[in-house]
Amino acid sequence: MLRYLLRRMIVMGASLLAASVVIFSVVELVPGDPASFMLGTGAQPETLAALRQQMGLDDPLPLRYAGWLGAILQGDFGTSFTYKTPVAPMIGERLQVSLPLAVMALVLAVVLALPVGLHAAARRGRAGDGLAMGAAHLGIALPNFWLAMLLVLVFAVHLRWLPAGGFPGWSDPLAALRSLILPAIALALPQAAILARVLRSSLIETMGQDYIRTARAKGLSRGQTLRRHALRNALIPVLTILGMQFSFLLAGAIIIENVFYLPGLGRMIFQAITQRDLIVVQSAVLVLVAAVIAVTFLVDLAYAAVDPRLRRA
Amino acid sequence: MIRLKDLSLSLDGRPVLEGVSLDLEPGITGLVGESGSGKSMTALAIMGLLPDRAVASGRVLLDGTDLLALSEPKMRPLRGKRVGMIFQEPMTALNPLMTIGDQVAEVLRIHEGLDRRAALARAREGLDRVGLPAPRFPLTLYPHELSGGQRQRVAIAMAIALRPDLLIADEPTTALDVTTQARILDLLRDLVRQDGMTLLLITHDLAVVAGMADRVAVMQAGRIVESGPTEAVFRARSHPYTRQLFTASGHRPTRRSRPQKGPLLQVTGAVREYRTADGGLRALDGVNLTIGRGESVGLVGESGCGKSTLARTILGLDPLQAGQIHLEGQSVGPGHRMPRDLRARMQAVFQDPFGSFDPRWRVDRLLAEPFHLTGSPPDWRDRIGAALAEVGLHPTDARKYIHEFSGGQRQRLAIARALIIRPSLIVLDEAVSALDMQVRAQVLDLLARLQADHGLAYLFISHDLSVVQGITDRILVMQAGRIVEEGPPDSVIDAPRHEHTQALARAMPRIPDGMVAALP
Repeated sequence: MLRYLLRRMIVMGASLLAASVVIFSVVELVPGDPASFMLGTGAQPETLAALRQQMGLDDPLPLRYAGWLGAILQGDFGTSFTYKTPVAPMIGERLQVSLPLAVMALVLAVVLALPVGLHAAARRGRAGDGLAMGAAHLGIALPNFWLAMLLVLVFAVHLRWLPAGGFPGWSDPLAALRSLILPAIALALPQAAILARVLRSSLIETMGQDYIRTARAKGLSRGQTLRRHALRNALIPVLTILGMQFSFLLAGAIIIENVFYLPGLGRMIFQAITQRDLIVVQSAVLVLVAAVIAVTFLVDLAYAAVDPRLRRA
Repeated sequence: MIRLKDLSLSLDGRPVLEGVSLDLEPGITGLVGESGSGKSMTALAIMGLLPDRAVASGRVLLDGTDLLALSEPKMRPLRGKRVGMIFQEPMTALNPLMTIGDQVAEVLRIHEGLDRRAALARAREGLDRVGLPAPRFPLTLYPHELSGGQRQRVAIAMAIALRPDLLIADEPTTALDVTTQARILDLLRDLVRQDGMTLLLITHDLAVVAGMADRVAVMQAGRIVESGPTEAVFRARSHPYTRQLFTASGHRPTRRSRPQKGPLLQVTGAVREYRTADGGLRALDGVNLTIGRGESVGLVGESGCGKSTLARTILGLDPLQAGQIHLEGQSVGPGHRMPRDLRARMQAVFQDPFGSFDPRWRVDRLLAEPFHLTGSPPDWRDRIGAALAEVGLHPTDARKYIHEFSGGQRQRLAIARALIIRPSLIVLDEAVSALDMQVRAQVLDLLARLQADHGLAYLFISHDLSVVQGITDRILVMQAGRIVEEGPPDSVIDAPRHEHTQALARAMPRIPDGMVAALP
């Protein structure tokens, strides 16, 4: 088990380092000089050269990479070209919205998908299965911004239970949570639909295994077999999807953030791209990659927790 | 006591069982017949575990209660408590994510409402009883930490934990090697005696039944054609189908081929090691062997002795750490160092024909695959038609998919695929082990004929001496990566010198001479 952990951690560190090289190089390679962008098209060549030197853009590439990485390790992501403020607090602020939102959406997705997937698998081919999978189809097909608008109409405009948008900040935790509920639901529903489908097909495949027949021969009912023997065995593909969904939810929530006027990571990245604020883009991408790698590591740990055969690997 | 009365069963309107009547008394009853004759369906009908689409009629009486008429909630408390069952595939029959202790304890928890601790204590006793004693086999082991035979013991421990009246064992040893088979059969015999249990032993192997069962029932196409005390049934063989099974069981193909001069394959000092969690495993420990042109050599040993590793190195799939392999004087090895035309001179047939064919390809494409070693000849379609005819199939089968064939037919296809580029050597790794006796006899006949027609050499790998007996010129016995004995089949089997060979020969199930000789 310890060796498994250690191996996964080494892989994690190596991936992070490789990712940082790629992110750095890509931003370096794209056409468009941040200095000339900052000064606009009518800038004097001398001013441009001075700014380039000031920003360290004339140093050799490896040196700039080392400097960039060293600063990041100390928590310094650089200064935004557009806003002239440090990038690290900017990202931190946005994460305060995006991270809780992603976690809430994911938990909600799991809570919804688990009973639906189990129910559909237990009633395979019958009306309950058809209904559950029909709903899942719908959940996948409906765009989440449409769902979001619907939720706003019903719960904010008509019922007035929850705010229609905006984020009050964490100084009032209750208000902050309330403002995240509707976006979390809008994000979670399509994900729950995907999860339920994966869980159902994985369960059905597992229910065809020999050890399920053994369990039935022991005197377990179909339901007991499903819960005690099939569910855990069917979890591996579900965990894989779960990991990918979290990464998507963290940065892919931009449309939902726009619908609900949330100051999340997705919106910040989008703005930074349109403004060619490369430092912000670079830093945000690095943070996201780190998050994805960390989640992958957690998923690996979950695999090992579920499957004893992996603990020896 | 369990009585089957006029049990009939159909699946999707197709009759599977027709009027099966059978009394199961304490002791061992053997149920024999070829694959697809309805043996397993009979067992599942007793367990109340028939597929949803099955329609059954008749009665299955346990102490006067008709199990077939019971609702699922009424049947469930009996399953595992009064009737238990073990299955063929021990490797997949246990939940891989649950410890063996919890899996045995589960039976006690659901039927007797024991708490986990009490159930685990009883599970401990149960595992001790089936030969998995405490210090070496803690309850916390997972199935993947056990061998096939040990897993089958766990399955037996679960099935007998509550001392059921009836235990059904459906081909319980077919997937195990002969020495393990002998031990599992001994265990079952002892348990039946100690508990006064009824055992329904389902198998296609007459020799297993002959050595175990008090009574036997012979099943053909969903009907019991003959039943009675084992010895009487086997001696008289009054039904033609029983005679057929008997003939197939002792079948030795007629061999016309003679080995030609000169060595074809030479293995010298072959060493192959695997790295494992606790150091290294020497799978091949200085193996020497020679196969002559047109010769058929048997390689026999228990699972894990290195047979399949040897096969893989001979086929040039795995590297050796020391030693050499030469085919017709040219060096054999993995990767591109080995020229294609040399590779084309060796082909292989494996145990599981279904797993070795792509289910999405048609037969003609499957069979044409080895042509990538030689280049497709212009008449390749005719060659495929000819190869199909040669293995006893029809040229029109070329447009079918693999799932449309039976197990025996699939193995014929695997042989056709191996033959298509006219190799000099075919490695047959447990190629007939998954087949029932009658199909096995047919495939062995086919192999003998093909060998004579094409001057083929065979390396015939099996865990079972009796399989290679009739089809080889010479047998090599392997143990722990070494060849420990070598000689002509009959002398190796009848007068084994090495103790490992003796153990293998002892474990070979045989029909007692007294039963065989009775017919004129």
